[in-house]
Amino acid sequence: MPKTSAEVQGMGHSMKRKEDPRFLRGKGNYVDDVQLPGMLHMDIVRSPFAHAKIKSIKTEAALKVPGVLAVITGETLAKYNLHWMPTLMSDTQMVLPVEKVMYQSQEVAAVIATDRYAAADGVEAVEVEYDPLPVVIDPWEAIKPGAPVLRTDKKGKEDNKIFHWEVGDRSGTDKAFKDAEVTVKQDIYLPRIHVASIETCGCVADFDKVNGKLTVYMTTQAPHAIRTVFALVAGHVGLSEEKIRIIAPDIGGGFGGKVPVYPGYVIAVAASVVIGKPVKWVEDRMENLQADSFARDYHMTAELAAKKDGTITALRIKTLADHGYADAAANPSKFPAGLFSVCTGSYDVKKAFAEVDGVYTNKPPGGIAYRCSFRVTEAAHAIERITDVLAQELKMDPADLRMKNFIKKEQFPYKAALGWEYDSGDYHAALKKAMDKIGYAELRKEQAEKRARGELMGIGICSFTEIVGAGPSKHFDILGIKMFDSAEIRVHPTGKAIARFGTKSQGQGHETTYAQIVAEELGIPAAHVQVEEGDTDTAPYGLGTYASRSTPVAGAAGALAARKIREKAKKIAAHLLEASEEDLVWETGKFSVKGAPGRSKTIQEIAFAAYTNHPQGMEAGLEAISYYDPPNLTFPFGSYICVVDIDRGTGMVKIRRFVAVDDCGNIINPMIVDGQIHGGLTMGMAPALLEEITYDESGNIQGGSFMDYLVPTSMETPSWELDKTTTPSPHHPFGAKGVGESATVGAPPAIANAVVDALSHLGVKHIDIPITPEKVWKILKEKGVAE
Amino acid sequence: MATHRIQITVNGEAKEGQVESRLLLVHFLRENLRLTGTHIGCDTSHCGACTVLLDGQPVKSCTFLAVQADGHQITTVEGLEQNGKLHPVQEGFWEKHGLQCGFCTPGMMLTSCALLNRNRNPSEAEIREAISGNLCRCTGYVNIVKAVQYAAEKLQKEEAHA
Repeated sequence: MPKTSAEVQGMGHSMKRKEDPRFLRGKGNYVDDVQLPGMLHMDIVRSPFAHAKIKSIKTEAALKVPGVLAVITGETLAKYNLHWMPTLMSDTQMVLPVEKVMYQSQEVAAVIATDRYAAADGVEAVEVEYDPLPVVIDPWEAIKPGAPVLRTDKKGKEDNKIFHWEVGDRSGTDKAFKDAEVTVKQDIYLPRIHVASIETCGCVADFDKVNGKLTVYMTTQAPHAIRTVFALVAGHVGLSEEKIRIIAPDIGGGFGGKVPVYPGYVIAVAASVVIGKPVKWVEDRMENLQADSFARDYHMTAELAAKKDGTITALRIKTLADHGYADAAANPSKFPAGLFSVCTGSYDVKKAFAEVDGVYTNKPPGGIAYRCSFRVTEAAHAIERITDVLAQELKMDPADLRMKNFIKKEQFPYKAALGWEYDSGDYHAALKKAMDKIGYAELRKEQAEKRARGELMGIGICSFTEIVGAGPSKHFDILGIKMFDSAEIRVHPTGKAIARFGTKSQGQGHETTYAQIVAEELGIPAAHVQVEEGDTDTAPYGLGTYASRSTPVAGAAGALAARKIREKAKKIAAHLLEASEEDLVWETGKFSVKGAPGRSKTIQEIAFAAYTNHPQGMEAGLEAISYYDPPNLTFPFGSYICVVDIDRGTGMVKIRRFVAVDDCGNIINPMIVDGQIHGGLTMGMAPALLEEITYDESGNIQGGSFMDYLVPTSMETPSWELDKTTTPSPHHPFGAKGVGESATVGAPPAIANAVVDALSHLGVKHIDIPITPEKVWKILKEKGVAE
Repeated sequence: MATHRIQITVNGEAKEGQVESRLLLVHFLRENLRLTGTHIGCDTSHCGACTVLLDGQPVKSCTFLAVQADGHQITTVEGLEQNGKLHPVQEGFWEKHGLQCGFCTPGMMLTSCALLNRNRNPSEAEIREAISGNLCRCTGYVNIVKAVQYAAEKLQKEEAHA
């Protein structure tokens, strides 16, 4: 039950969203809606080859196209030393190439014109002559001795390896495997996918030559960090951080894809600085899918060691990570494989070892998230899939095997074998709730009956543990900037407030939930708390919104800033009530004198006094700022159960039911949490059944438009059934954990496990996602059960 | 390039323009008329973010030329609210949390309006089929279905009282 009234709308209220009125009326302000006087348009020439030398770029014809003003090439940028830029992972990537292209659809030149049609005409008229080079697409080929070395720009580089990263007790784990009664091993591939937010990426760069100020309206999830990156990258050409303003306006979905700095942004900025006019660049969908950072592409080999009774004793995972031509992942700097080491999952595994090797190929750069916290989906898929492989080997029910190995409630805080300290959890309760809700025992009976009749039905479980809220400054930074986040609250004389945060909503509803946090802490109705973020000139510095960090980090900062305000409010109240501070008690929205009912001052009265009648010696005003450095990460979790039916004629997998029991700690807005889970489940189903980007041997992308990159529609998406348990985070100021990505992490293995379960009696042990009808039909055919 | 004089009634108001043959309707609406509620999400008419109503029928304005709309009635999201009152579909999307980032929402709502104009009492299956040409990456469609059901109920009630 919420503690606050329906008027205040603090935590626990399903408040209708404050941002919706503008979106419902078509009055949102997305980047492509920004229209500035004299604004020019930019379009990009892209490479048809995956690996080729650039022999020449002829721009004369393009410059004759009516409306075309300039063509920018790598040579143009090289004059300013802006043709390469650093990635967030201390690698480098090209802004525009001078010597060679490294993937199909790579930026080759940019055309600036008076309108978007003229710019597109200009692109058609740019003539580029290429000399194709050998293409390396398969990462297994890329690591072989003698493979063509791709990063010839790196002096002395003799192979395509990027990094080797390992964690855990290698020899102890090896010994546990040697001594094990049972071991299982499975190759698991998580393919390359793309977040495909419905709004693509873009910017309007506006350089004011008179004031020397650069304003960039930009689809970014991390505006403050971007400002610093721009200052660092372009400092040598005179762009100084106080003269850079990044504005992230309304964003049409981010999911991780709007964290990186893409070449298009940098070229638009360079064009605006050189020409002195605003320049708009908005990519189209094919550019978005073909050139923006991708997610995953992890080739994993997972192994479990166990006793015959099902007790898991050790986990070992070896991974080859295909990063494309540059390591442009958006991980915290010390974590080249993100938080993959959460791969022991929800289980009490004593010995574990994981290693990841990053490798270059002729594909777009990346390794960013797809709505997940830095490689957690990969980790969850590995452990949840291999757990089912073990269950099958031991002929144990996968639910029993999980119950047997779960970390017990009383073991929290739990130190995992690979180093993480899980804050809180009750995994048994979540799985039991999911099993009760879906009727697990009855479903197993039904499955047995159907099997006897030759029908294919499967039940899949996933009991995932998330790791979000990056992160504690001791370990977490991006390019050296610690991963704190911030909130600044100002209470006005009439008792209304403005609250600004260092994060940036992309649909998560921060304008509502942050207002509810302030309402909960101060008793000011959420309706009267104006939330702003995304403008680096006004908001406090923060690291942005990704990895489910807004509530765990910036939300915590909001609560702490509000509590600072409450401390000052207490002093003012003591002054107004002529009482000592020790005699005052806080109930939502007012301070009262202990034992003197009726003697109280509301936050509104106190706010007024802060500007009109504050105590002598105290500064006027009522505001505070907080930069929150989380003491630990948070560990949301859940148990999902999926029921599928498989059509023996077509191989089509139909999700009949999907029950999701989530635990994200204390909840700010239940309606919004449910919405996040619905969306996350759908983005979990997408790669499980539909989405994949592949390349042919020549490096031609397959899946580079919505013609064949299959984003789920309303037809494939089931009606998700939700439930929850509530295990507050012990270290978070209001016990929240974050929820935006739990479902994306948990859904794919539940679905994959259900499909494999449906076919397990035929000897099927594993199917790589996406589990397409074609893949299933081939298996049915091979097993002689296709209709 | 040849240009054409076109007349389009947009949200009840007569609009004129001198446009190139190749100008897409979505660009005419967004850039010539500054009605930026209609969005662009793909190039292949799959996502439906650009959906507007042409004489009451949903069309994807990113694959429709402005000249083809000459002489027709167009409704965009900006035309849904009447006399300061949200359309029941807009109300439903707000009440049922049928939107998150808001980018697909205008197209999604216009498709829903067209459905409800021809079928005041659609089943869940009919709603899902109607919106299957509009992609939403945020909501998982569950609450969009509820929003349309809310609007259907509201419209039926309003008509019962009329």
